[in-house]
Amino acid sequence: MANASRALAALGDATRREIFDRLAEGPSSVGALAARLPVSRPAVSQHLRVLKEAGLVEETPDGARRIYRIDPRGIGAMRDWLDQHWDRALAAFKDFVEEPQEPNE
Amino acid sequence: MTIKPVVKTVTVKASPERAFEAFTANMGQWWPRGHTIGAAPFEAVVMEPRVGGRWYERAADGAQTNWGQVLAWEPPRRFVLAWQISADWAYDPNLMTEVEVTFEPQDGGTTAVTLEHRRLELFGERAQAMADQFDGGWVGVIQHFVDFVGA
Repeated sequence: MANASRALAALGDATRREIFDRLAEGPSSVGALAARLPVSRPAVSQHLRVLKEAGLVEETPDGARRIYRIDPRGIGAMRDWLDQHWDRALAAFKDFVEEPQEPNE
Repeated sequence: MTIKPVVKTVTVKASPERAFEAFTANMGQWWPRGHTIGAAPFEAVVMEPRVGGRWYERAADGAQTNWGQVLAWEPPRRFVLAWQISADWAYDPNLMTEVEVTFEPQDGGTTAVTLEHRRLELFGERAQAMADQFDGGWVGVIQHFVDFVGA
C-alpha cells in the first residue's frame, strides 16, 4: 500500500505523467526527454528523481549520461493492492455463494 | 496514460440469479473484514439496488461510510459500481474508477463471475485534480456525470 500511494502521488503531476509516458515508449536520457518536452533539463531531472523514488523508473549509467527507463515493478505496485484485494474478495465470495443453502430458501 | 484494468473471473456452483443476489445483497457476509475504510468494523455492506443507489458500509452503531455508487443495475447478469475509494483507503466523491461485474451461465448449472476494475489511471489524475482544485479543471468535468447524494 505504501508503495502504491507513493506511485499514485508521483503520477499526480501532469508533467511527470508525460515523462512517464515517454519512457513507456522506450528508455531515454534526460537531454532527450527535455528536448521533447516544454520544460527545462533541471526540471526533467527533478521529476525523474520523484519518479525514481516512487519506484516507477530506474536509471543506468551510459558513459557520462544516465539512461532512464520504466521500472515495471513500480507500476505493478499500483495495481497490486487492487489485484490482491479482488483475489481475496472473490475467493471469499465463492466460498459464501457455494455454501449449502437452507432447503426452504 | 491508461493502466491495464484488473480483471478476475471466478466460476461458482450457483445460478446467475443466486450469484448476483449473493454478490450484491449479501456483500457484507463475504467481503474481507480488513478491507474497509470506516472507523469501526462494518456490520453490513449495503448496495442500493438501482442506478444511482449508494454503496456503503454500516457499522454496528449505525454510522455509514460511503464507498461509491451504482452506475448500472441489470440483475441477474451485470452491474457496475463507481469505486470511490482512493489509494489510501479513504472515500473520495470525485474519484470515479469503475467496477463491472458480469454473471454468465455455464454448463452444469455454474456461473462465471467476471470482475473488471478499470479506469485506474484516474487514481493518479484525481491526485492532480486535488492539487489543482482552485483551478477547477478535472473536478468540473466530473460533475457532469456524478450527482452524489449525501456525499
